[in-house]
Amino acid sequence: MAQSTELHSFTLDEAVQAIKSKKTKPLDFYQALRKRVDAIDSRVRAYLNFAEPAAVPQSSNGGLLSGIPISLKDNISTEGWETTCASQILKGYVPPYDATVVRKLKEAGAYIFAKCNMDEFAFGSSTETSAKGPTFNPWNTAYVPGGSSGGSAACVAADEAICALGSDTGGSIRQPASLCSVVGLKPTYGRVSRYGLVAFGSSLDQIGPITKTVKDNAMLLGVIAGHDPRDSTSASAPVPDYVKELERPIKGMKIGWPKEYFIDGIEPSVRHALQEAAEVFKSLGASIQEISLPHTSYAIAVYYVVATAEASSNLAMFDGVRFGIRAKAETLRDVYLETRDLGFGREAKRRILMGTFVLSSGYYDAYYRRAQKVRTLIKDDFVQAFKQVDLIMTPTSPTTAFKLGEKMEDPIQMYLSDIFTISMNLAGAPVISIPCGFDPKGLPIGFQLVGNYFDEPKIFRAAHYFEQATPFHKMKPKI
Amino acid sequence: MPAFDIDRVAELARIRLKSDERAKLEKDLQSIIQYVEKLRELNTEEVEPTSHVLNLENVMKEYTPRDAKVSAHVLQHAPVAEQPYFKVPKVVDN
Repeated sequence: MAQSTELHSFTLDEAVQAIKSKKTKPLDFYQALRKRVDAIDSRVRAYLNFAEPAAVPQSSNGGLLSGIPISLKDNISTEGWETTCASQILKGYVPPYDATVVRKLKEAGAYIFAKCNMDEFAFGSSTETSAKGPTFNPWNTAYVPGGSSGGSAACVAADEAICALGSDTGGSIRQPASLCSVVGLKPTYGRVSRYGLVAFGSSLDQIGPITKTVKDNAMLLGVIAGHDPRDSTSASAPVPDYVKELERPIKGMKIGWPKEYFIDGIEPSVRHALQEAAEVFKSLGASIQEISLPHTSYAIAVYYVVATAEASSNLAMFDGVRFGIRAKAETLRDVYLETRDLGFGREAKRRILMGTFVLSSGYYDAYYRRAQKVRTLIKDDFVQAFKQVDLIMTPTSPTTAFKLGEKMEDPIQMYLSDIFTISMNLAGAPVISIPCGFDPKGLPIGFQLVGNYFDEPKIFRAAHYFEQATPFHKMKPKI
Repeated sequence: MPAFDIDRVAELARIRLKSDERAKLEKDLQSIIQYVEKLRELNTEEVEPTSHVLNLENVMKEYTPRDAKVSAHVLQHAPVAEQPYFKVPKVVDN
């Protein structure tokens, strides 16, 4: 059947329609994706492991995502499946329960197709810190896919998936989405349950969809969002019908252009693509207004105190006693010391040590408490800005994808690649990255639309109209 | 900038650093700490710290015991276990 060779390139919306109309069986999608994976994943290496064909639902349960395969970042717990966060220390760990997002996906009729590669414990911006080896950018395999959800973004970009979930603590959904030319959303903090997400920075982490189109993203968020009694930080705000909201016109919408995001050091092709995107919004009836987010330049410093402090606390549980690996040692104390040395990679150690330092006696006020105060200033910047504008547009990354190995020896250079994504995690605001062009080397460019708290519907509307007016989401890597 | 004692911090973090990566990590951490010194440029005396962005309220609920039937599952992926316990080297000396 000629069509089956193309099934892997279907959007979520198309796949849902195809299954609903009974033109295509769920198993056809499974087989098409496996065939695609067999053909190209040795070059992309987006995936860690796969569902067996027996896991594919035979019949519809009547849910919105009946028969749909979902790819998941490997820090999202799946009952009966190894979940390692791409870390040696969790080798062999099989969670005894599903994360709430997984439960919700299954209730909607979907099944888990595969687990995606990532930076170890989501510590990284390139997927190079994975203990399983790096993922490669489908647009050019000499370049990184971004990170830490690099596997999730690369598999969607390379049509090895219909859609995927990632997690975002400082840009880990949006930066790889931008570098791979797909759509990635970090929801409002609290919008999606974190129950079953292996914690990195608990006050920053959010799970979100990575998809081929904005509509797909809205569909998937509608399934995974909502209050969860098992996550005390999940919000009780009702979940709107995101898809229904998409078609409302954006005429008259005010979009802020924060001057601090258009600094020296941003690649000319990225700046140019953003200027073009602003023109598209103007032609759609929106207005662009310069605004200021004055504390932007402090975001990375705040993040590498707050996020490492939270990470060092969260990762204290990995001690070789209850799960994962255990080093051979004579005393319990040596079990801890040796297991953590053996099990954690260098970036994980770097962040645990940094977090331990800023929380340690004598340094807490000077670092951790001061960073929490500057976090307040960064959050207030956004609160003030949303009194003037509906949305804010910024580049997602100051550059397009960089080469493998280019930033691995210099952690500060690696951290600076998140300069435009971190503030929204600190503020807790929802934000999407969508494709808006290519640089002269043919590498993708993306931009962000930030919204006020729980204003995902407005973000989706503007992103959807932009997408419909531009060709970028239809362009595919040649791999 | 304060003196950064990597051995003390590694001890607190319960990580035994291999000698070949100790020097690199020490250098990296010194430069990261140097970078975050930038936060001192701001006067934050009057600013309230943010530990959490949403206005969350305490949720009170009744705790009622029930059989979660998970002990077998939980022990299944322990590196060393002896039903119904996690097994570790002796903790208390005679």
